[in-house]
Amino acid sequence: MSEFQSVCSINDLIPDAGVNALVNGKEVAIFYIDGKVYAISNYDPVAKINALSRGITGSIGDALVVAAPLYKEHYNLVTGECIENETLSVPVYEAKIENELVFVKV
Amino acid sequence: MSKQKIVVIGNGMVGHNFIEKLVASKGYADFEVHTFCEEPRVAYDRVYLSSYFSGKTAEDLSLVKPGFYEENGVKIYMNDKAVNIDLKAKTVTSDAGVTIAYDKLVMATGSYPFVPPIKGNDRAGCLVYRTIEDLEMIQAEADKGKIGVVVGGGLLGLEAAKALRDLGLETHVVEFAPRLMPVQLDDGGAALLKRKIENLGVRVHCSKATTIISDGDTCQNKMVFADGETLETDIVLFSAGIRPRDDLAEKVGLTLGPRGGILIDDQCHTSDADVFAIGECALHDGITYGLVAPGYAMAQAVVDQLNGKSAEFKGSDMSTKLKLMGVDVGSIGDPHGNDEDALSYVYENGPEEIYKKIVVTPDGKKLLGAVLVGDAEDFSNLLQIMLNDMDLPEHPDALILPNRGGGGEDLFGPDALPDSAQLCSCYDVSKGDIINAVESGCCTMADIKATTEAGTGCGGCIQLVNNVLNSELEKRGVEVNTDLCEHFAHTRQELYHICQVEEIKDFSTLISKHGKGHGCDICKQTSGNIFSSLWNAYALDQTQIPLQDTNDSYLGNMQKDGTYSVIPRVPGGEITPEKLIVLGEVAQKYKLYTKVNGGQRIVLFGAQINDLPAIWKTLVEAGFESGQAYAKALRTVKSCVGSTWCRFGLDDSVTMAIELENRYKGLRSPHKMKMGVSGCTRECAEAQAKDIGLISTENGWNLYVCGNGGMKPRHADLFASDLTQEEVFKYVDRLLMFYIKTADRLQRTATWLENLEGGLAYLQDVVINDSLNIGEELETQLAALRATYACDWKRVVENPEYAKRFRSFVNVDSAAEQLFVEERGQLRPATEDEKLKGIAVQVKELV
Ligand code: SRM
Ligand SMILES: Cc1cc2nc3c(=O)[nH]c(=O)nc-3n(C[C@H](O)[C@H](O)[C@H](O)COP(=O)(O)OP(=O)(O)OC[C@H]3O[C@@H](n4cnc5c(N)ncnc54)[C@H](O)[C@@H]3O)c2cc1C
Ligand code: SF4
Ligand code: FES
Repeated sequence: MSEFQSVCSINDLIPDAGVNALVNGKEVAIFYIDGKVYAISNYDPVAKINALSRGITGSIGDALVVAAPLYKEHYNLVTGECIENETLSVPVYEAKIENELVFVKV
Repeated sequence: MSKQKIVVIGNGMVGHNFIEKLVASKGYADFEVHTFCEEPRVAYDRVYLSSYFSGKTAEDLSLVKPGFYEENGVKIYMNDKAVNIDLKAKTVTSDAGVTIAYDKLVMATGSYPFVPPIKGNDRAGCLVYRTIEDLEMIQAEADKGKIGVVVGGGLLGLEAAKALRDLGLETHVVEFAPRLMPVQLDDGGAALLKRKIENLGVRVHCSKATTIISDGDTCQNKMVFADGETLETDIVLFSAGIRPRDDLAEKVGLTLGPRGGILIDDQCHTSDADVFAIGECALHDGITYGLVAPGYAMAQAVVDQLNGKSAEFKGSDMSTKLKLMGVDVGSIGDPHGNDEDALSYVYENGPEEIYKKIVVTPDGKKLLGAVLVGDAEDFSNLLQIMLNDMDLPEHPDALILPNRGGGGEDLFGPDALPDSAQLCSCYDVSKGDIINAVESGCCTMADIKATTEAGTGCGGCIQLVNNVLNSELEKRGVEVNTDLCEHFAHTRQELYHICQVEEIKDFSTLISKHGKGHGCDICKQTSGNIFSSLWNAYALDQTQIPLQDTNDSYLGNMQKDGTYSVIPRVPGGEITPEKLIVLGEVAQKYKLYTKVNGGQRIVLFGAQINDLPAIWKTLVEAGFESGQAYAKALRTVKSCVGSTWCRFGLDDSVTMAIELENRYKGLRSPHKMKMGVSGCTRECAEAQAKDIGLISTENGWNLYVCGNGGMKPRHADLFASDLTQEEVFKYVDRLLMFYIKTADRLQRTATWLENLEGGLAYLQDVVINDSLNIGEELETQLAALRATYACDWKRVVENPEYAKRFRSFVNVDSAAEQLFVEERGQLRPATEDEKLKGIAVQVKELV
């Protein structure tokens, strides 16, 4: 079973933007929005490259999303679902902040 | 069944329009078309003839798409005049000796300019204004002379006067009647028009009859008038009316009207059942029309009949709206109130130089005519009221009185019009046609133009068509939604102004005060772009990072494999060998794919995020700056070698390009901007395909604006001629700043101009004549932005905080995995297939 691992300090994050972390050999995109962290796989299933951490965040209706940087599909940060194409989704990971440190469970 | 043979005599505007319509008609497969074209070129747009002098070429004016006749099997006899018709044998014979049999003959011979029988009217410098050849002659005479006189102050005469003035001549208009445009205007309107035109430097002489033209003392010619006065001039341009070209018809015995014109009935039949006449050569119900729309309507009537439908031409409305030397003039119906009991209302505004008059029936219920000078905005509204015989409001003067915020704006909005109302007279497009187009999916004015042709002729109907379009879209719930996105109920332009006035510099303030939700990639990018345009905000500052597209945010374009491109600025395309060597060394060290790109500079592809700062450190130290190929900003200024090396170069295009590039680099704009500078008219730098283009002339620089390559190429428009470098900078400063302030998101200058109400003339007015009185402010704002320019990459190289952004991972210091394949001695991204087959190599062992 996977465990929460500490990845970085919240000072390494940028509000409303993403960073990329290497956890257990996987690329994980971590977003920092309104004081909370969200983690999804960094792999963009359409462009077939690791890049989601470099997308712009925002909301569509009530859903928090990130726009894939190359072709601009939107992925729900909580469920991993692709808004434009319901057959697509990306893995989501649990994430939290404790004592100013960021933890993810991959 | 053999095909019906149609022969068309005359390949002018109407002759060609007829063929176009026939080709597009259902039964075209059953026809074989032949046409005689007397002129050396196929049909061109006479309506826009005068734009020839402001840079349009004969090709630009052509109405015939290259290959159109060949592709549709139309046989055209160029440079060949029809000289005889045998009505019995049904054949036409030409000057070159071609004889063709016809089943139906269409005469579309147009008209010729009337030259009054004044002694000396054939002297050198005495010219007319109808064909491109005429224009060439006018140009040649203008090059030699200083003064030009137009004889005739009608619609065409005033247009000719503008052309002479644009050619730099001292210009006069001599009119026989006591006022200008005697047919279309009343005394009040004409007096105001005269005042306005004189303010533009054209001298107007009314009530003057020319008696003789003779040798001049200071110029090539001297005009002597009945009142004994004289006027020295080099050019005398006759624009005293037109006469139908009915000589061939007369010769073969077709019936003419008492004062000329080939007589036609409502079916456009001449006195011979197999011969039609259409356009300016035809006389219908006592009228020969000097406008193109009635000709097009006649063409349609004939095409319909050939397709077996009944059709008739029932006369046309001769209302006109035009811009004469920048003065709006409109004339509708009967502006003179020839019906004795007709009532009129006049509104005259001295300070703003506006004159409006409407003529109504004695009971005040219906509109008979109108005159508008100085402000023709009400034109389409009034015209529709008259054409559709709509009832007037209780106080008809409300139609022309200024509406100073008192509500009731749309006395007659687009909804009040019946579906049959003709909106575009040039292409006979009705409101119903527009509705159908909207039904079939048209959402923008551009769609409407492409589908219905409305608005693509004289352009006079665009405003009205646009109103109908918007109103129809609204009805369908396609709110003409100009909201940027679900988070902001504003346009980019509005947001720009909000941020400017409230001095907003970050997104959280903006969205909390003026938007809702968290924002999205659209509004965030737009806001980031606006903050940069207003305050030169830096993409890598904490508050700006979340607003940037990945390209802006990593100061390079992300490639398909997630790596980035490196494109340093090479101003004007000039680069030293030393710098080339540095580029080569960097490419070698970081294994970057190297290519000369389409913007006259060198691009290195395949850089990984974590290498970017080191790559740029080397480049910045060697004197390179960011080329900002990732930004909505100035990209490249392309130049040719110019006068320094080229035997034809008139000025130093390279220096000019470098100065332009350095002046505007870093300026953030709604979309990318490109410029070009050519040393002469051969145009090796393709300046006319750029947002801003300069071409050197004998007397300075010609400035072209709002051109575009890319998906929808658009030739730039000539904006101003013979400028000094200082003038160039001043105009470009103003224009770019105005663009930045008013354009929509991701709208390049070409589409911006096409959507700008008033178009090029308006833009010239704002920039050159400073009509909005904002010129200085625009220049100051641009200067402030220039003063705070800093190279994006230099800032990263100098500040470790910014460089931190370029780590591949927040938690470890290694590079991300990246797979390449070698091709032609360089690396390129591996394809999915290659990755699976294991052909790809993991590289980036730095040398
Ligand atoms: C590298 C280059 C092609 C090349 O190998 O030659 C190129 C590459 C790209 N062009 Fe281009 N364009 C390049 C010159 C041009 C030119 C030629 C020119 O500038 O004279 C044009 C046509 C001229 C014009 O723009 O008017 C051109 C018209 C476009 C367009 C269509 C623009 C339009 O308004 O229709 C796009 C799409 C866009 O911007 O939305 C585009 C977009 C792109 C993008 C940014 C597409 C993307 O998002 O990945 C490409 C990535 C650039 C990169 O990685 O840095 N590129 N592109 C050229 C870089 C020039 C430079 O140094 O800045
Ligand atoms: C400067 C200018 C500005 C204008 N502005 C406007 C405007 O703003 N709005 C508007 O509605 N109208 C305007 N017009 C008028 C418009 O151009 C004409 O109404 C239109 O061109 C008429 O078309 P047409 O085909 O009847 O005649 P034309 O376009 O004159 O074509 C007739 C053609 O037939 C050829 N021809 C004649 N006899 C023969 C023969 N025997 N054999 C072979 N060929 C022959 C002629 O050489 C000519 O090419 C303007 C005209 C000019 C000159
Ligand atoms: S545009 Fe003219 S000056 Fe420039 S290279 Fe071409 S021919 Fe020479
Ligand atoms: S009326 Fe001339 S283009 Fe529509």
